[in-house]
Amino acid sequence: MKTENQRAWFFVLPVLLLVAFNALVPIMTVVNYSVQETFGNNVFFWQGLDWFEQILRSDRFQAALGRQFLFTFLILIIEIPLGIIIALSMPKKGMWVPVCLVLMALPMLIPWNVVGAMWNIFTLPKIGLLGYFMNDVLGISYDMTQNPFAAWVTIIVMDVWHWTSLVVLLSYAGLVSIPDAYYQAAKIDGASPWKVFRYIQLPKMKTVLTIAILLRFMDSFNIYTEPFVLTGGGPGNSTTLLSIDLVKIALGQFDLGPAAAMSLIYFAITLLVSWLFYTLMTKDDAK
Amino acid sequence: MAKITLSNLRHSYLPNPSGPADYALKEIDLDWQDGGAYALLGPSGCGKSTLLNIISGLLVPSEGRILFDDRDVTDLPPDQRNIAQVFQFPVIYDTMTVRENLAFPLRNRGVDEARIAARVSEIAAMLEVEEMLDTRASHLSPDNKQKISMGRGLVRDDVNVVMFDEPLTVIDPHLKWKLRSKLKELHQRVKATMIYVTHDQTEALTFADQVVVMQEGEVVQIGTPVELFERPQHTFVGHFIGSPGMNVLPAEEHGGGARFEGRHVALEGAVVGQGGTTQIGVRPEFVSLADAGLPARVRKVSDVGRHAVVEAMVGDTPVKAIVEGELPEQGAEVHLAFRPSHTRLYRDGWLSTEKEGSAAQ
Repeated sequence: MKTENQRAWFFVLPVLLLVAFNALVPIMTVVNYSVQETFGNNVFFWQGLDWFEQILRSDRFQAALGRQFLFTFLILIIEIPLGIIIALSMPKKGMWVPVCLVLMALPMLIPWNVVGAMWNIFTLPKIGLLGYFMNDVLGISYDMTQNPFAAWVTIIVMDVWHWTSLVVLLSYAGLVSIPDAYYQAAKIDGASPWKVFRYIQLPKMKTVLTIAILLRFMDSFNIYTEPFVLTGGGPGNSTTLLSIDLVKIALGQFDLGPAAAMSLIYFAITLLVSWLFYTLMTKDDAK
Repeated sequence: MAKITLSNLRHSYLPNPSGPADYALKEIDLDWQDGGAYALLGPSGCGKSTLLNIISGLLVPSEGRILFDDRDVTDLPPDQRNIAQVFQFPVIYDTMTVRENLAFPLRNRGVDEARIAARVSEIAAMLEVEEMLDTRASHLSPDNKQKISMGRGLVRDDVNVVMFDEPLTVIDPHLKWKLRSKLKELHQRVKATMIYVTHDQTEALTFADQVVVMQEGEVVQIGTPVELFERPQHTFVGHFIGSPGMNVLPAEEHGGGARFEGRHVALEGAVVGQGGTTQIGVRPEFVSLADAGLPARVRKVSDVGRHAVVEAMVGDTPVKAIVEGELPEQGAEVHLAFRPSHTRLYRDGWLSTEKEGSAAQ
């Protein structure tokens, strides 16, 4: 016998309220702002999709979006292979395992604004160790406060320094879960080291790598604190990534409508690209 | 195909072994004949996997040599020994199709494509996996995966020996039997030397022509399944093989026979050697309920289907008997008779009676 009643709703209700309070209501507020114009005094005018159109057509947004994609692309293409290589060269057993793991975890434990500040001081010409070494010892002109290229190199190296460990730790977890029999079978089958990587290690790391790529994509696409502390988006606008630009519009210029529209577009892009990544990377598993 | 000789093999996992206890393998001298079907049988931790890995080259022994047809291969890596090994858990290359999996060992050795195609279809036919050749190997069931790992071993026609390391562990019971007979059939077709490692006596006895029984890093007996059952050389073999295993009972020598719980017991033949701890060994199959003999009290009767196992106490010693037909009640007073031709004396664990006449066996 199955009793049917509506009691189940009482179990779901608290969660529903909590999610509404911390997610649905704030998002709807943003949606609300994105279709209106205000001049203060709590007076709002209906604006329709104008803000969205204006943002999407603006050179400023397109430039920031371009920079954002370039940044994310560069750090992914460096961090993922580098992380795999480091994970492959880490010891699988013995006393050095915990040492390596702790060393790897250290950069991730440092608060993001501290990372920005560290790298700022480290790279400043004259007073920073790296800045001094590059300019005065090697004689290479390096000033991330003046030169956009130097600024880009610095934010990318900083992100690689901060986050490659995540890829390493995830890949390493995938690697150590491979039973010895696989390596032994490959040895007997006469497989070269490259084939061992291609047909055993890489497929076994696939799940964790998917997670690593997704996490690194989302985090780097939404990055704010570190480049803000390091370069503040400069020199000029050269390192103004999407989130830095968004904060400038929302809090600097207090253009709530365009800022709201921009955050929704931003959110949609992150969601869409993550979905694309995930679908492409897991499509083989279905069949 | 080759004859494999293991000579004075010892192995320790410790860098500086001091006593015999430090050795996972103690003094192994063995010849595996070309084309034979062997089983390596023993409880977990007896060193059988160590021995297997030494033959395959995954481990280098601390001492001793391994010869394939009189060629010393002790220091050769696995891929140069032309061996194949099937592991406990199926090892397949997930991203490849079944066909690519089977072709993999050949491709790595640069065999030409026409030859590869011919070998793969031949092996697939033998294993009856033709209809799945183009499926991704990761979608197969465990027993088919295990078939593919076997196939990767058999696909090379230059293999010296195919080794199986408890290959049926993860297979469902009803498929175990099928795979086992498949293996036996394969052995008859490809005529390769096969070594099958297991702790399951049924698997060992059904697969092998010769069974090597190991205990604590030593070979205790090598023989046909019948020999192991009929005349165990060591109480361990008697106890380990059989269901239930041989009764091993404390006894003293007594005028050409033995004395057990104060009664004389006749043995198969003359006693050899002297001293040491003596025991008699008799399989439950050769213990019967009789009108006269050793008085005993029935402690437990377990009906296992075809027959029943009766456990009776002779004095303070339990003795098991396999009984067909009418069963005694628990607590009943009975008499046990040991068939003399299958009652033997063991001295310090080792057989120490002579075979009964020439008519026996």
